[in-house]
Amino acid sequence: MIQYSVRRIIAAIPVIFGVLLVTFVLARVIPGDPCRSILGERATVAACERFNELKGLNEPIPTQFAIYVTDLAKGDFGDSLRFRRPITVILLERLPLTVELSLIAVTIAIALGVPLGILSASRRNSAIDVATMVFANIGVSMPVFWLGLMLAYLFALVLRDTPFALPPTGRLSPGIIPVSFYEVHGWQVPETGLISVIPRFIANMFIINALLSLNLETFWDAFKHMLLPAMALSTIPMAIIARMTRSSMLEVLGLDYVRTARAKGVRWRGVILKHAFRNALLPIVTIVGLQLGLVLSGAILTETVFNLAGVGRALFEAITARDFPIIQGFVIVISVGFVLLNLIVDISYAYLDPRIRLD
Amino acid sequence: MATVTEIPLDARDDGVRYQRPQSIWRLMMRRLLRERSAIVGMVILGILVFVAIAAPLVAPYEPNQDLIGVEDVDRRDGPCIHLLGCSEDRPQHLMGIDGNFRDVFSRVVYGTRVSLRIGFITVGFAIIVGTVLGAISGYFGGWIGDVIMRVLDVILAFPFLLLAIAIVSVLGPGLTNAMLAIAIVTTPQYARVVRASVLSVREMDFVEASRALGAGHASILFGRILPNALPPLIVQSTLGIATAILDTAALSFIGLGAQPPTPEWGYMLAEERNQVFSAPHLVFFPGLAIMITVLAFNLLGDGLRDALDPRLAESGVKH
Repeated sequence: MIQYSVRRIIAAIPVIFGVLLVTFVLARVIPGDPCRSILGERATVAACERFNELKGLNEPIPTQFAIYVTDLAKGDFGDSLRFRRPITVILLERLPLTVELSLIAVTIAIALGVPLGILSASRRNSAIDVATMVFANIGVSMPVFWLGLMLAYLFALVLRDTPFALPPTGRLSPGIIPVSFYEVHGWQVPETGLISVIPRFIANMFIINALLSLNLETFWDAFKHMLLPAMALSTIPMAIIARMTRSSMLEVLGLDYVRTARAKGVRWRGVILKHAFRNALLPIVTIVGLQLGLVLSGAILTETVFNLAGVGRALFEAITARDFPIIQGFVIVISVGFVLLNLIVDISYAYLDPRIRLD
Repeated sequence: MATVTEIPLDARDDGVRYQRPQSIWRLMMRRLLRERSAIVGMVILGILVFVAIAAPLVAPYEPNQDLIGVEDVDRRDGPCIHLLGCSEDRPQHLMGIDGNFRDVFSRVVYGTRVSLRIGFITVGFAIIVGTVLGAISGYFGGWIGDVIMRVLDVILAFPFLLLAIAIVSVLGPGLTNAMLAIAIVTTPQYARVVRASVLSVREMDFVEASRALGAGHASILFGRILPNALPPLIVQSTLGIATAILDTAALSFIGLGAQPPTPEWGYMLAEERNQVFSAPHLVFFPGLAIMITVLAFNLLGDGLRDALDPRLAESGVKH
């Protein structure tokens, strides 16, 4: 198991290297002079010379790449052209929301998608099966931004005077100011360094922060604000997971050992949950892993729809303003995160299926 | 030279009934027509293709024609359908009027052309490049094959839409660049499908036989090996068209794809998204059009996969 994990981790290194190389190349082929785009159109030749020297732009390309990777390793993603602030700081503000939103969406997708798939498979061709599959087919065909807008219309306008009303924008109601959990409890957090990053990151996930602060009112408010975007974001992965669970279960339910289990008198529920589901799990884990990339991409669109200040929204604004360092930094963080998530999924296969780690 | 006497298949007298082997395409078509989802998909698709071709006949107005002074309409008027009780005095607009006084229905109709073109061109490009790369890497193997596959792995390591966003940011916004980006990002999927098929048949007897007969690489590759890659490629590309349409719409939604005044559904949605509470029809109909089109390709793709997968046909398991 450990040997397999180490092998997988080593195999991921060239991929991460490739991801860095691709983003580096993309950033270099952007038309235009980086000096003039940062210092302004009227920058003098001397100023540009100085700028290029300072930023290492006079060095040969391989050296530039080395500098770039070293900077990244130190957590230095450069500065935003528009805000003139380090991208690391912007990331620290924006990423927690995206992570929180994605986590909730994936949780909803798994929590509803897997049971729906199992139910469908165990009552094949019943009304519930047909309904689930129609829902799943429609679900995978919907643009997430459209679904988001329609949900906002339904829950914020049509149902506005009912208990089901949900806020369509923002993270908290006006008047509620989030206080970080470490301040509530009076804990000291260092100003700089890696140890300072983690509590700040967690504190920017408002729902978790409210829970850690034991502030139920803020928790409920933050949760309600997150519900609509999470619903929109989870629908497509939920549909895909339900479909995969169903087909994977159907395949297993047709096998001999399931019939044997039935024949020796195991109850149907037991057969489904204990015998069949375990063996049907592998393709489901695969598909859940693949959804993570979809959810991250979907988060960009969902945040735009619901005006949430996450990575996606920042990326959208950076695209509009042509703020390339931000685009580059965010693409790297999300992509490397995606590679690492896939690595975890791969390693979890080995845990689920001994054939893989012994191969 | 020895002559081969052909015995008609049904005239052999060994008591066994022989059946003429069926062409895989006939078999596929027959199976496909048994798949309910595929039939629904094909019917919707047929209607969409008709609408796209006959757009000038279906649409009552030009897609970019503004109706100020032409008709008595207000900005962002809701749908007015005479059959559903809208007053006969008012001009009929099935999907209402947009922020630039244009007929939304006509724009949605012309949008069919744009979206189908996006789907076919993007996937066509990805198939051609993907097939060439996959075939080279599978057939010749060696370090070239390895390098190709490693590069494609890196592309696959990015979240799909994110890499497309990065590419369009570099190339500059526009529908062509958005399509190119989606094509680049999806190429590895086709390359993988082709490579897997090539690897699975490369060492088979019929390929050996062709080689023994003196056939060149090109004729073996195109005449013998690649036809075997076609069925999975067809499934992949049908589902791929669905994704291409969806993702190009997403790029248009964030301002990187179609530019005004193109009647592209994703762009139409983006243009009016702030009006969702006051004029929901402007958001609803373009999105519905995207969903129906994507659904049609998804249903057809699923049906094709079931029809082409012999494993499923044998076990009788339907997905």
